[in-house]
Amino acid sequence: MSKREDQLRKRHRENLVRGTLLSPALLTICGFLIAPLLIVLVYSFLTPGTYGGVIWEWTFDAYIQFLFERDIFDESLVFSTAYLEIYSRSFVQAIVATIACFIIGFPTAYFIATRPEDQKNMWVLLVTVPYWVNLLIRTISMLFLIRNEGPLNHGLQSIGLIDSPIQIAYTNFGVGIGLVYSYLPFMVLPLYATIERFDFRLVEAAYDLYADRWTVLFKVILPICLPGVVAGSLLVFIPSLGAFIAPDLLGGGKNLMIGNLIALQFQGSRNWPFGSAAAMIVMSVVMVALIVYTRQQTRTRIQVH
Amino acid sequence: MVEAKSSAVLIEHVVKQFGEGDRAVHALADVSLNIRDNEFFTLLGPSGCGKTTLLRCIAGFEQPTDGRILLFGDEIDELPPNKRPVNTVFQHYALFPHMTVAANVGFGPRMLKRSRSEIESVVERILKLVHMDHLADRRSTQLSGGQQQRVALARALATQPEVLLLDEPLSALDLKLRQQMRVELKQLQEETGITFIFVTHDQEEALTMSDRIAVMSDGKVQQVGTPKDIYERPINHFVADFIGETNFFDVTVEGVNGGKATCVAPGGARLAAEAVEGCKVGDTVSLSVRPERIRFSQDGAHGDSLNGVIERPIYLGTDTHYHVRLPDGVSVLVRVQNAHGGAKPVTVGDKVALRFDPGAVIMLMD
Repeated sequence: MSKREDQLRKRHRENLVRGTLLSPALLTICGFLIAPLLIVLVYSFLTPGTYGGVIWEWTFDAYIQFLFERDIFDESLVFSTAYLEIYSRSFVQAIVATIACFIIGFPTAYFIATRPEDQKNMWVLLVTVPYWVNLLIRTISMLFLIRNEGPLNHGLQSIGLIDSPIQIAYTNFGVGIGLVYSYLPFMVLPLYATIERFDFRLVEAAYDLYADRWTVLFKVILPICLPGVVAGSLLVFIPSLGAFIAPDLLGGGKNLMIGNLIALQFQGSRNWPFGSAAAMIVMSVVMVALIVYTRQQTRTRIQVH
Repeated sequence: MVEAKSSAVLIEHVVKQFGEGDRAVHALADVSLNIRDNEFFTLLGPSGCGKTTLLRCIAGFEQPTDGRILLFGDEIDELPPNKRPVNTVFQHYALFPHMTVAANVGFGPRMLKRSRSEIESVVERILKLVHMDHLADRRSTQLSGGQQQRVALARALATQPEVLLLDEPLSALDLKLRQQMRVELKQLQEETGITFIFVTHDQEEALTMSDRIAVMSDGKVQQVGTPKDIYERPINHFVADFIGETNFFDVTVEGVNGGKATCVAPGGARLAAEAVEGCKVGDTVSLSVRPERIRFSQDGAHGDSLNGVIERPIYLGTDTHYHVRLPDGVSVLVRVQNAHGGAKPVTVGDKVALRFDPGAVIMLMD
């Protein structure tokens, strides 16, 4: 056997081994991510059945319904912002929640990262403690805390700070509190990971070169920890955008968010294609945004090189 | 000449203590130094001697537990690092990884709110000074160790500090580069006229570059002087031992006369040395003699000189090291230059008498 053949055979075997080892992951991704997404995509182009489910007739109705209202009488299309409003409200809620998570999460992560080595793990553990309890239960507990008869309002009233309860529950603010509370650890942990690796001698160098505290934070620490900030923001923003439990319980279902809208289509409204289309729209918006962001990142990096 | 210059940094009885109570560590125990303007001053000592702590006290990263530090006559202890007109070149450079070389160098001037054109011209000039102008647009993470070193230096110089602090800046470079940078650093100091305070544990670095050296150990200054002073006239055992190679003789003082002391070695040999203050007849003292200041004389072995047997010659190219065994078992190191081949060759087993150059025998304080 020639040496070349031998090498080819070896490479072939290596590829086979590699493929076999990768197959569980590939199968999981195909079976549980790509296939369901394809089902959603296909359903969004079908006609709703009367009692839920779909009828196999292709149509763009679901997407048209997103932007236009069909007149009941003459079937003409009228531009409608109802769903766009839900989407923009969701985006605003998610952005505000992300910013709030960052403002609360950054000092927290900084604090943990600057603890002595033997204490860090304990602080990280404390951050994850809420996750030992189911999200639904945590959100309901939050509702009990912030409702008009809850301890927060009671406390403020008893110390005489307010006369009548402040309406927090069932408002956008209440939903915001719920979102921040639910996703704060997703901001803290990646931030902690980057700050922990941060070389604090750079802070000394910046101080030495006449920078004040805020300049050190904004010109040295934050830019270097940017990957952690981006990771944390994505981990908070994306689930906040599609959040279902917090807006449902804390918003009282009054101010719909995307998650509620989609859930509604599969439950009460029995309009599966529209629910699928709503999900596809939000997903593509997020994906496009991410792709643009990564492109820009690579481009700045190439420019720098 | 140097004496006429004013004081740049005055350190008065500075104490730095880390921790409390039983676990307290005295990094600095009552250090006083007067570092003059335009001087290349080196803090030399083994690791843990407190030299870096002292530098950090001057920079403002550490607060002295006691004592005070004056910069050109002004007390600076209350000032944070960003208010002190001193800059530091850090041991591991600490360049900002998210900035280009030019942005790193321009950081200080930007913080001082200099105008854009001024910053540009300063950055250009300083980068030229350290021969890095061709790499101004590189990221600092894409530089070699030596290049990073130069950028760190440029960054610290860009704000034209009155005093530049250098914390073992050459320790991460390889030997060739280190030797080259020594020359450049010294040149730079002379050109800019900035007071350099240089921390190192490398005695060769200290001797080649410094105007004056403070040798430190255990948080105390052992001796301050020119490289020549420190090498040729060490005042105690630590300094003599830490700088270069030397021979120690434990002797008894036999007579003191007009600043000269006669000492007797255990073997009966007599050695003359300049008496240190407070030395009395009958005291046991240490003498230090550098190996290159000892000569052989094969003919005159008489009672007053140290006699021994050549034991182990080590050929080192420029010179040869001989170990001479004295009758009392002590081994003496003698360095003979190979240059002109004038010295009579000695071989293992030869009996020799040791002659010391005038002023070679130094009496130590402890």
